[in-house]
Amino acid sequence: MLDDFFSRALIGGFGVAIVAGPLGCFIIWRRLAYFGDTLSHSALLGVAIALLLELNITLSVFIVSVVVSMMLVLLQKRASLSSDALLGLLAHSVLAIGLVVLAFMTWVRVDLMGFLFGDILSITAFDLALIWGGGAVVLAFLAKIWKPLFAATVSYDLATAEGSRPDQVNLLFMVLMAAVIAVSMKIVGVLLITALLIIPAAAARRFARSPEQMAFVAVIIGILSVFIGLNGSLGFDTPAGPSIVVAALACFVLSVIPINLSRKRNGRNQEIPKHNDNRVS
Amino acid sequence: MLVSLENAGIFRSEKWIVRGVSMTVDAGEIVTLIGPNGSGKSTTAKLALGVLSADEGVAKRKHRLHAKYVPQKLTLNNNLPLPVTRFLRLTDTADKAQIDAALRVTDTEHLADAQMSNLSGGEFQRVMLARAILSSPEFLVLDEPVQGIDYNGEIMLYKLIENIRNSLNCGILLISHDLHMVMSKTDRVICLNGHVCCSGTPAKVASSEEFKLLFGERAASGLALYEHHHDHEHLPDGSIKVSERDQTQNNDPSKSLVSNDVYKANLDVR
Repeated sequence: MLDDFFSRALIGGFGVAIVAGPLGCFIIWRRLAYFGDTLSHSALLGVAIALLLELNITLSVFIVSVVVSMMLVLLQKRASLSSDALLGLLAHSVLAIGLVVLAFMTWVRVDLMGFLFGDILSITAFDLALIWGGGAVVLAFLAKIWKPLFAATVSYDLATAEGSRPDQVNLLFMVLMAAVIAVSMKIVGVLLITALLIIPAAAARRFARSPEQMAFVAVIIGILSVFIGLNGSLGFDTPAGPSIVVAALACFVLSVIPINLSRKRNGRNQEIPKHNDNRVS
Repeated sequence: MLVSLENAGIFRSEKWIVRGVSMTVDAGEIVTLIGPNGSGKSTTAKLALGVLSADEGVAKRKHRLHAKYVPQKLTLNNNLPLPVTRFLRLTDTADKAQIDAALRVTDTEHLADAQMSNLSGGEFQRVMLARAILSSPEFLVLDEPVQGIDYNGEIMLYKLIENIRNSLNCGILLISHDLHMVMSKTDRVICLNGHVCCSGTPAKVASSEEFKLLFGERAASGLALYEHHHDHEHLPDGSIKVSERDQTQNNDPSKSLVSNDVYKANLDVR
């Protein structure tokens, strides 16, 4: 089965979707939707540094992503700017620095589009092992810090006061994110990984009544999107990565359409309770 | 000793928000912080909890202190599906019996399956309290706990605070605007205005000049009025019973600790 490029793409895509679901929920809960983009921009700087110093690209991307994440955490604590402003600031700065560094190396030609969109159809058996093995490690860590990380997401002050050590778990969360982006960028591309982080989680919100449910539903929607997107790309001869993103978007649109999900809403037709008229005339 | 601050201060945006705060909270003690808006009450509470670290002075806490915090304000992200029972288990592992008990005493049993985002202000505040008392904390910090709670709820809450203190021997740091409450249940009052203006027993604070300056003569007289109820009792003929401890007849324990009488007194005042 692994001999077939299409099956490899499916299995690799499922792997990314399973890891991205729960991580993406935290991204949304923490209002860090642009975190993925910031990391992907810093990934470019990672690529430039790797070429300059002749390092392994994935390792270099990972290190730069971790450094940028740490800077975000530091700035969040010190600066009086909100997270979205800081993310925008970091994203554009590292992108610019990356391009400047690349410009110094006139002898290097990099296919930036390759890093942006990746190619899920060219996944190798080794990539699959990396996605599933790495994914299992990331999910194991996430499961271990789930409770304190969630507490820190609800309220930093509350978590600190009650002994949850939010700084530590926040840091670990950032490292996990950086690892996921570094590993999956080369394989499926930055666009696909950031989309799979955000869109399935956003679509899951409507169907979930608890945080754990939302993470689970996000995984299911991610897997569905990969399946539909890849088959669609095969049928209509469209590019694979963007087709998956479009399928995820379709899931999101379906999730916003107001269909009566709960019986409670039928209570709308209840009569207003009448009081006996006891007024003194 | 659960928590102690020694000459602690917080410096932010080029000024001292609080400075030179010294206080302790022991097990089974209710300490109340009062002071005008912006006087650093919440900041002092965060210092005591370790949410903020002191820029000056020392803040000490008992090792592995089991603390619970009801912040003045908690804004939840709308993207977060969060049922009440899950919120209660935010930093705790509690079983269903404990959760039911906490919801029962805060009169929120009917909200167990509700989403936090659908609660009214008062319901939210009650659920916050349920969460705080869930697993018998050693140290409880309540920052304006009665905001948005109706009058019956307020009475319930004050009874609850006293019960918790008595049954769990829990140390409580309370921030309150309700000066009557301050008088009735508190062991120690700390009056803040960027620094400790005055502190001590409620009676001592109420009669101090600093307190009158800070809150005005009227507030002070309100407290004095309350103190009247608290301190001594009038016998039917109008003479004064010297001390509650001397009481031999009609020895009702619920009356020696301030209980329902307080609320009646409170009602009268209002």
